[in-house]
Amino acid sequence: MRLSEVVEIIGGTVVCGENPEEQQVDKAFATDLMSDVLTLEAGRILLITGLNHLQTLRTAEMAEISHIVIVRNKKPSKEFLALAKREKMTIILSEKSLYSVSGALYKNGLEPVY
Amino acid sequence: MNLKFEIIGDDFSQAGQASSQVKKVLKQLNIAPHLVRKIAVAMYEAEVNIVAHAYRGTMHVEIDSSKVYLRFEDEGPGISDIDLAMQQGYSTASEAVRQMGFGAGMGLPNIKKNSDELKIASEVGKGTTVEITTYLK
Repeated sequence: MRLSEVVEIIGGTVVCGENPEEQQVDKAFATDLMSDVLTLEAGRILLITGLNHLQTLRTAEMAEISHIVIVRNKKPSKEFLALAKREKMTIILSEKSLYSVSGALYKNGLEPVY
Repeated sequence: MNLKFEIIGDDFSQAGQASSQVKKVLKQLNIAPHLVRKIAVAMYEAEVNIVAHAYRGTMHVEIDSSKVYLRFEDEGPGISDIDLAMQQGYSTASEAVRQMGFGAGMGLPNIKKNSDELKIASEVGKGTTVEITTYLK
């Protein structure tokens, strides 16, 4: 699924990253437990989470995840956005819940990691 | 190539910086992407463990053509029962650590999964040494 479709489906706002229409994710994983993210196999994964601290980015970086949706209207800090930019990540914000965002993307065909 | 990093306990604003730097070095050395990812995950778990549990620590990195060797040495409370700590789901992490999305008792098992050799030595009241080796061939 193109990232621009993700943004449209969830009514999200891109606050970091460029050209979402040129970027693709194959699967999604929703969690607030970063330890779970570190157990995933590699792939073009969209991470959906309510955690907006720096460890979310560091975890994503280690797991080779470049696209993150932050749910529940959580606002990332300036430091968060600066680090995301340095690591060339795309950050999408949503006012909706983890369940709502996950459900909408699932319904529209974005596969789960498992 | 040898590298050394200082890790500060309880400072989650910096947690992962050392791992991030080493990961970039591994990429620059053209190590296979699946190995870079495996090493990065194990390394980051170990770095977060020091931040979460110890007062301070160091990460030594030795890279040669056959392997990447990481040694984490910390000053901290130590681990009284390493077999128990290796069990998935066992954790002594604080509520603050759990709010960061860690402390679910998955770190050490995940380090084992993402390493070829893992050695843990610990002395209660002094600290812990974790050695992680990944073979490149």
